[in-house]
Amino acid sequence: MSTEKPIGAQILLQALKDQGVDVIFGYPGGAVLPIYDELYKQNHIRHILVRHEQGATHAAEGYARSTGKVGVVLVTSGPGATNAVTGLTDALMDSVPIVCICGQVPTHLIGNDAFQEADTTGITRPCTKHNYLVKDANDLARTVHEAFHVARSGRPGPVVIDLPKDVAMGQGTYVPPAAAPHKSYNPRRKGDPALIRQAVKMLSTARRPIIYAGGGVINSGPKASKLLTEFVRMTGFPCTLTLMGLGAFPATDKQFLGMVGMHGSYEANNAMHDCDLMIAIGSRFDDRVTGRLNVFSPNSRKIHIDIDPSSINKNVPVDLGIVGDASEILTSIIRGYKALNKKPSTRNLAPWWKSIDKWREKKSLSFKTSKSIIKPQYAIQRLFELTRNHKEVFVTTEVGQHQMWAAQHFGFDKPQHWLTSGGLGTMGYGLPAAMGVQVAHPNALVIDIAGEASILMNIQEMATVAQYRLPVKVFILNNQYMGMVRQWQELMHGGRYAESYMESLPDFAKLAESFGAVGLRATQPEELDDVIMEMLAVDKAVIADIAVDPKENVFPMIPSGAAHNDMLLGPDDEADKSFAEEGMVLV
Amino acid sequence: MTPQSPPERKHTISVLVDNEAGVLARVVGLFAGRGYNIESLTVAVVDTKKSLSRITIVTSGTPMIIEQIKAQLDRLVPVYKVSDLTTEGPHVERELALVKVCGKGEKRVESLRIANIFRAHVVDSAHNSFIFEIVGSPEKLDAFIDLMEPLGLVEISRTGVVAIARGTKTI
Repeated sequence: MSTEKPIGAQILLQALKDQGVDVIFGYPGGAVLPIYDELYKQNHIRHILVRHEQGATHAAEGYARSTGKVGVVLVTSGPGATNAVTGLTDALMDSVPIVCICGQVPTHLIGNDAFQEADTTGITRPCTKHNYLVKDANDLARTVHEAFHVARSGRPGPVVIDLPKDVAMGQGTYVPPAAAPHKSYNPRRKGDPALIRQAVKMLSTARRPIIYAGGGVINSGPKASKLLTEFVRMTGFPCTLTLMGLGAFPATDKQFLGMVGMHGSYEANNAMHDCDLMIAIGSRFDDRVTGRLNVFSPNSRKIHIDIDPSSINKNVPVDLGIVGDASEILTSIIRGYKALNKKPSTRNLAPWWKSIDKWREKKSLSFKTSKSIIKPQYAIQRLFELTRNHKEVFVTTEVGQHQMWAAQHFGFDKPQHWLTSGGLGTMGYGLPAAMGVQVAHPNALVIDIAGEASILMNIQEMATVAQYRLPVKVFILNNQYMGMVRQWQELMHGGRYAESYMESLPDFAKLAESFGAVGLRATQPEELDDVIMEMLAVDKAVIADIAVDPKENVFPMIPSGAAHNDMLLGPDDEADKSFAEEGMVLV
Repeated sequence: MTPQSPPERKHTISVLVDNEAGVLARVVGLFAGRGYNIESLTVAVVDTKKSLSRITIVTSGTPMIIEQIKAQLDRLVPVYKVSDLTTEGPHVERELALVKVCGKGEKRVESLRIANIFRAHVVDSAHNSFIFEIVGSPEKLDAFIDLMEPLGLVEISRTGVVAIARGTKTI
């Protein structure tokens, strides 16, 4: 080794290595060539070549969400960076830790409208947790370490490092990760003991409590899910989960009420409406959860536990907000609850469970089965049943009706196994996310439950899947419509299906084959099990095209602008409920 | 959506930030992106050794919105401290304005007389114009400007509010 100082690209890779990075999802280009040159010369970090930068960001999200580690993206300047923007925004909305390294034109050309120049830090400022423009190779190592710290700590999120080409090629000094706290950024982890005591007191007097947990519990790590489960069982309280929280509490547990929100279960939403104490843990009162705000859970006291102080009192004013990490606070609350002399007895909670059982009797997730056409819900149920005995099953989704059916009918007993784009609702998320999961878990079964419209948004990633022999299973519920758009047009726009019919769809089976994958198709209910079994048996990527009922809608549903206790239960419910005009303007 | 939303109130918020590129854009972008008001904004380096800048923002909103603004500001990585001077006890607010008045004869004399009452300084004087420098609360500046209007006021430049807590308390 020479005594010469390393160049920026070498510093970057050393910093990534020291941060424990083993894989990068990326796409080369002019401004990142020095980095790719260094990648070529080493063996510690694996590079996965995606086919579009958006794919890289979602793959990194899939990697991050299924492992709890930080996902890493490497893209070039200009279009490379702008193509990554959707994935960065997605990661911001769903609090996914990713670090995205963007090439940039050399510092002396910044601001000159140079070839492939974009104001990357300007463009990504509102869609990242933080971003950096590194102007000196001597600052690079420290910046990378800080970026990882910011991405993974507090409320996790995406961080961009904009790296001009001359900095990547210029010499600098490497510094290892430092343990010193950040000078201005130190998110709180432990909850305020006085507030925790108050929370425990509120728990002890509750008669109609509900625990409403979300993605924050998953983000806090598997320990938080264990603690949540312990807490729910210990208190005997009912528990509901948000779309992002599925898996944080076992779906098979009898205290689980199902998902909450627009397409949540009747019992979960009614319990949210009628409760006297709501304990929100790592959930953020999103509009898809609350429905109409001024009639949201009108008679309850609310405790909100969140690591992000800005989440508390944002949409819904709460009685007690506790800032901190879900694991830390759950540990303290469990300790406080155990020490209580007077706990709410099962007898006190009995009337509440009786009401819940009444709501459960509605069987709000049921649907009309058919012998002649595959019902999408049935397809998910079969997929769930036939994969139950697999050791590790990860499910990703695209966005739309299929996503909601997957959330409703595929049960998750473990955290970090369900990956869906909740906040941003990004069509095209599922396939690249599945790719990222499969890279991190080569032996697991990874299924992308997709719609025929969404899958086409990042279908190019089938080439990535082929290149790295990732046995990802794409399970398309093909109803030949942008189903959720069609459903809203049916319910709210007089059945005028403007541009929601998917004309000129490809032959998905042949498309799969053209990418070197296996293509399968089911059009009749009796074919479904065989197709699923074959999909699972093949040790290769598969696209299974499942022709489902094109007219099926997702129920139950809280229409926009309605209250939790005003749900549509099924197609027969539509006629006698008109949609409020104020609800129509909501998305 | 809420039927009786609580009244909006003006708040003066001091934000201590790392003096790094883009930090002002982050703060301004936050206000623009989330639809918060900015009535005035001032920024300058206050500690060159530690490279700290102080941003003073005057904004208005309901208590819930103000709480959001503070939490959102505090969430920014380069932000050290957010302090709501309006709720955290008594504080002093000052603003500086340069006011250009053009005129002749009686109006010119009158403008000088009023400037004296307000303890404004003449920082530039020409045959047909004065530039007054006035320091005070925003309300005092408003009153002065109002009086200058009929006397040939042609141009105003204001710094926006800077503020600091009274007594020994620091940010």
